[in-house]
Amino acid sequence: MFAAISLLIFICMAMLMVRLFAGPTLYDRVLALNVFGSCTVLLIGTVGFLFGRPDFLDIALLYALINFVGTIAVLKFFRYRRLGDAADDTESIMPPEPDSEEA
Amino acid sequence: MELALTILLFVALVATALTIALVRRLFAVVMLSGVFSLLSALLFVLMDAVDVAFTEAAVGAGISSVLMLGTIALTARSEKRPERYSLVPLAVVLLTGGVLIYGTLDMPNFGAADAPVQLHVGPDYIRKTPEDIDVPNIVTAVLASYRGFDTLGEVTVVFTAGLGVVLLISGLGRRIRRRREGAD
Repeated sequence: MFAAISLLIFICMAMLMVRLFAGPTLYDRVLALNVFGSCTVLLIGTVGFLFGRPDFLDIALLYALINFVGTIAVLKFFRYRRLGDAADDTESIMPPEPDSEEA
Repeated sequence: MELALTILLFVALVATALTIALVRRLFAVVMLSGVFSLLSALLFVLMDAVDVAFTEAAVGAGISSVLMLGTIALTARSEKRPERYSLVPLAVVLLTGGVLIYGTLDMPNFGAADAPVQLHVGPDYIRKTPEDIDVPNIVTAVLASYRGFDTLGEVTVVFTAGLGVVLLISGLGRRIRRRREGAD
């Protein structure tokens, strides 16, 4: 049961990796990375139950947090083109560059 | 099942590494290196090295992606195509990898109970921690008490590094310069 679920999640990850490798736009890649992180969380959870160690769930929770922070950082980079003190100097806020604008 | 999962993850890892080497757009490279970190963290979890997996996910997929994105924001967004390809780096990498694999041949098997690392100080820690330190978690006892000075040094190094990074990316120098220009 858990083995089948793990296999299915891994197939999902393989498909996401195809999207990451090929992904025509940057947004495809951001979305693929985010869902890949979610799949990692799920896989750690199921692997924990598969090998009889459900305490892996704590680690899965930590991964979910890291994934969230990472995605926020990437999106902030998209919005402000920088990661430092974007809130202070608003004149540096530029529209996204054309090649990443259109999906 | 565990072996099959490990092999699948290693195949995915190699595919990711090859794509990182081939892709020219640096943003895609950052995303792919995040995937690389997540995959290696999964492998560490499978090998029961949960704390290493924690660190790999937090540093590899979290912080270093953010720092590399910041670097891209400051520099260029795609890699320059090399004018000519040289085989020397490939030869060096293959040689180093071969030597490392040759070095592992003499090592004890993964998880072997009679490996030297399991025989030397480990049993002492396990036996003496309840009376010496009286902490239920032996790893905590080793890190915070037996190797307390070592941990203090590590914390100092990490704190200094964090301070340096915050000073670099906070734009303090830029702000001071701007204020000075405004005053002039």
